[in-house]
Amino acid sequence: MEILHMIFIAPFLDMAALPDLFFQGLWDGFVGGTLYALLALGFVLIFKASGVFNFSQPILMVLAALALVSFYEMGINPWISVALVLVMMYVLAFGVERLILRNLVNQDGNILFMSTIGLTFVIIGSAQWIFGGVPSSMIHAELGFPVGSSEMPMFGGAVYFEHIDISAAVLASILIGILAIFFSKTKIGRGLRAVADDHQAALSVGISLNQIWVIVWFVAGIVALVGGIFWGARSDVSFALQIIGLKALPVLIIGGFTSVPGAICGGLIIGLGEKIFEIYWGPMMGGSVEGWFAYVIALVFLLFKPQGLFGEKIIERV
Amino acid sequence: MFYKETGQFKSKYKEELAAFPLFEDKIGIGILGVLTFLVIPLFGLPGLNYEFAMGAIMIPCMIFIIMTLGLNILLGFAGQISLGTGAFSGVGAYAFYKFITIFPDINIIIALVLSGLVSAVVGVIFGLPSLRIKGFYLMVATLAAQFFLTWAFIRVAWLYNYNASGAIEGPNKEMFGIIMIGPQSSGMTRYYFVLVTLIVLTWLASNVIRGRIGRSWMMIRDMDIAAELIGIRPLVAKLSAFAFSSFYIGIAGALMVFFWLGAAEAESFDINHSFLYLFMVIIGGLGSITGSYMGAIFVWVVPVLIKEIGKSAFGFDAFVMENFSTILLGAMIIIILILEPHGLARLWQITKQKLRLWPFPY
Repeated sequence: MEILHMIFIAPFLDMAALPDLFFQGLWDGFVGGTLYALLALGFVLIFKASGVFNFSQPILMVLAALALVSFYEMGINPWISVALVLVMMYVLAFGVERLILRNLVNQDGNILFMSTIGLTFVIIGSAQWIFGGVPSSMIHAELGFPVGSSEMPMFGGAVYFEHIDISAAVLASILIGILAIFFSKTKIGRGLRAVADDHQAALSVGISLNQIWVIVWFVAGIVALVGGIFWGARSDVSFALQIIGLKALPVLIIGGFTSVPGAICGGLIIGLGEKIFEIYWGPMMGGSVEGWFAYVIALVFLLFKPQGLFGEKIIERV
Repeated sequence: MFYKETGQFKSKYKEELAAFPLFEDKIGIGILGVLTFLVIPLFGLPGLNYEFAMGAIMIPCMIFIIMTLGLNILLGFAGQISLGTGAFSGVGAYAFYKFITIFPDINIIIALVLSGLVSAVVGVIFGLPSLRIKGFYLMVATLAAQFFLTWAFIRVAWLYNYNASGAIEGPNKEMFGIIMIGPQSSGMTRYYFVLVTLIVLTWLASNVIRGRIGRSWMMIRDMDIAAELIGIRPLVAKLSAFAFSSFYIGIAGALMVFFWLGAAEAESFDINHSFLYLFMVIIGGLGSITGSYMGAIFVWVVPVLIKEIGKSAFGFDAFVMENFSTILLGAMIIIILILEPHGLARLWQITKQKLRLWPFPY
């Protein structure tokens, strides 16, 4: 009985008793959610355009963040560092296309997926070698993002808004919007969708597969950089970010693998859900439930709605 | 020339079905047996320190072969992707630890089999989603297992008997009057124990795979709908694959902690280990027992040797060599996938084919 009370009643009483704390949790979850959505978008982009399930997206984020910090520590102007990272991402996209994807055209999706795991290890090794594995702090203040926090009285208490979180939510939303438009309205976006639909048909109407792949991986790199800056600001810049990046996978499950709005909704569900669960249900389970809660939500979704919220119903059921 | 079936006549159906039908194969296995049972435990590997050869190469290799066999049953034979291997091996290890601490008099072999069974049950529970989903979706479901279980290894203090370090440690334990595990056990005893376990498990796997259950796994892998139509029950086939695979992985996990590392924390079962085992399967070759052997040995030995060579011959520090071997591992995966998606097992088949015809081209 007591356990049932602890699970089903006490947390809600807590929420009602301290609405400001609850709202704080919601806000933190919302910011996390937009950033998850952004990362998930990186996956969706590549999956839609090349059918590759890009497992290296999280490590791309780590790489971008690490490179940015390292360039800055070498004494380069922060904005020039950003430009350098973008150049690096382009070179990487080009290299991936040349060395890996081009050689694996027409292969099974599993093979392509495993090759991105291989790529993940190559990036981990080289990033650690070149930039070192020591955690460092993000340079968001130097980039001109606001720091500090403001306090807003609410429900008899106060809710703190970290300024970097506000800018993260805003910038992530803007980027998501731009990507959505880029994807549905521009010529390149149409090309991407054509490639996703059918490689051969796209080739026959004059769309260059190789070029499209480079663009897609580069866009995924940009997404990784933005994600890296804000996740880096929220925690440290280290390889632990990869675990955060992996949480984009349950987001995808919830939203559906091919849907942009799905990625956004999924991100918000995961972000809000895990924060609230961590605050109100986490302590009785021993804490740090954030590590797996997202995956459990995804599992539940898989059992009841395997194609995700907005996904196409192409999933093969068994 | 060296390897031909000409002149080797079979007069009984049973001989046709033998695991090693060719005389040359029997010689090869015999040589391997002599090497592993007599030469290596007595003299170690040539050019390497005896302790190093045992502790860093032979014992881990054999344990990883068991692990790879387990994952290969699931991935290569039944076609279900899993990234929860590391966590399932942890289940085996923690179960073994609980068994030998709760029942101090339990026989090690019984404890090992029981911990394998515990791991199998956990594997079946987390394999349940596979009945409805497959491919990448299933992979995310197994990631849930991975993160949930490693969380449990840290947070559920009962699993490590509430000790302060949070690690599980092998106490000294005897079997038939010989100290098998723990700080006082000798490398050679542990080596023999792991070797015999490996042989028994390989024998079991090869027979199960050739039998009815194994065939139903392969049917599910190749085309599940067709398999269902001709009377394979996906429920039984998939869950039995998860159970079998987790049984092997659990045993390998228990062996890894108590016969090799001596002590372990939750980090020994994290997602990077899952990737490592996945690499062993891919590089070795999906759906091949020989491939499991080759993949595990290759993926484990090459980086170890490179690190040693780099340190002793070129004087690179450990950090550089660590990163270099990570890069090498990733690059190896990509290269193998591009050049030979069927892994080392296929290369070995090609070699055998060439040996058969040599010195003639065809």
